[in-house]
Amino acid sequence: MSSEMAHETGDVAHEAAHTSAEYIKHHLQNLTYGQLPDGSWGVAHSAEEAKEMGFWALNLDTFIMSLLLGAVIMFLFRRVATSIVTGAPSGLQNFCEWAIEFIDSSVRGSFSAKNNMVAPLALTVFFWVFSMNLMDLIPIDWVPLLMASLGVPFFKVVPSTDPNATFGMAIGVFVLVLYYSVKMKGFGGFVGELTMMPFQSKNKVVQLLVVPINLVLEGVNLIAKPISLALRLFGNMYAGEMIFILIALMGGAWAGFSAGGVTLFGSQILLSLGWAIFHILIVTLQAFIFMTLTVVYLDMAHQEHH
Amino acid sequence: MNINATLLAQLIMFVLFVWFCMKFVWTPIVAALDERKKQIADGLADAERAKHDLELASKRSAEILREAKEKAGEIVTNGEKRASEIVEEAKNQAKVEGDRIVAGAKAEIDQEVFRAKEQLRTQVSAIALAGAGKILGREIDAKAHNDLLDKLVAEI
Repeated sequence: MSSEMAHETGDVAHEAAHTSAEYIKHHLQNLTYGQLPDGSWGVAHSAEEAKEMGFWALNLDTFIMSLLLGAVIMFLFRRVATSIVTGAPSGLQNFCEWAIEFIDSSVRGSFSAKNNMVAPLALTVFFWVFSMNLMDLIPIDWVPLLMASLGVPFFKVVPSTDPNATFGMAIGVFVLVLYYSVKMKGFGGFVGELTMMPFQSKNKVVQLLVVPINLVLEGVNLIAKPISLALRLFGNMYAGEMIFILIALMGGAWAGFSAGGVTLFGSQILLSLGWAIFHILIVTLQAFIFMTLTVVYLDMAHQEHH
Repeated sequence: MNINATLLAQLIMFVLFVWFCMKFVWTPIVAALDERKKQIADGLADAERAKHDLELASKRSAEILREAKEKAGEIVTNGEKRASEIVEEAKNQAKVEGDRIVAGAKAEIDQEVFRAKEQLRTQVSAIALAGAGKILGREIDAKAHNDLLDKLVAEI
């Protein structure tokens, strides 16, 4: 890992012309495709251009990377599924079986209702998010530099540092939560859950008075689910990415064989290594948390509150 | 870091991946795992049954062995009894045979003795006759004195 990190230092040195702020901004900018100010459609070449594109624009890097990663994972699992043997498993099948049983036991642990969709959903969430997070371990300058040499201005390789990706998934989960809440409890039951709790009264008038309060409290509670789900993943990955960028910047101060320059160079290697190793934990943990919360939210949607 | 249509693209991708996973990944793999579980359970049940069968078989074989031993013992006892019977029989037979032989020999001896006596008597009468003839100096008419001689012979 450290040799890879050392490589980055050289990359940063190439961009010595950039200021630190430009370097950071460049790394945090998605490759956005949308309508340019002159009315034509194309890729934004600056953050301002990307912002002006408004909602109807697509972050190509996020889109391509998440599609690619999801497709690779599904392909691997599908290959095992088509060639599965009931006898002694080997190779990739071992891994997939372990994965399935791991997910299955996690889901069994936190999901008590019966729904055949939840476990495959959890599997998809875990491995998709995990693979997206894992992209964070690619030395941060490699892909942007490769893309720059191909004429692509920006490329963020970690889809989960794009809030669009995390919110996209969180909204998907939220829709499922709403759907199963209504399906399991009926529309009345769901509305009742939002308005009759946590404050209850036998007195009809008092009950009517506390309904708005309940609605506010429970509404916030409900809305907080997808937002916290999306922001937790996004925040963790974004911060992790940011720290990689800042560590890489230390090496950017490398400007000749001065004592300070060499010290910074060495620190960058050590810090990158340390942070990358620590990040392996974060990558896995965040994927697991996203999966577990998804399952827990769906479980709550299936449960009748008393 | 703008919120844009990527959100929708991601949402659609998410739905498609989950659908794909549920339909083409999870179901076949879990089915295979269940199948294996069943196979293992069947295998264990078979093993249990085989163990039970083995127990029964060994119990049965022990029984058969015990019976065989008993029978063998019986046969040996019978054999011994029969052997002693045969020996006894043989002994008796031998005794009878011996007795018979002895009796035969005795009879033969008696006959021999009788015959010898007879011969002796005849010879003695002849000697006596010859002696008497010599004493009398004349021949005795054997015909005339035959019954005398017979009397003499009977006396001897």
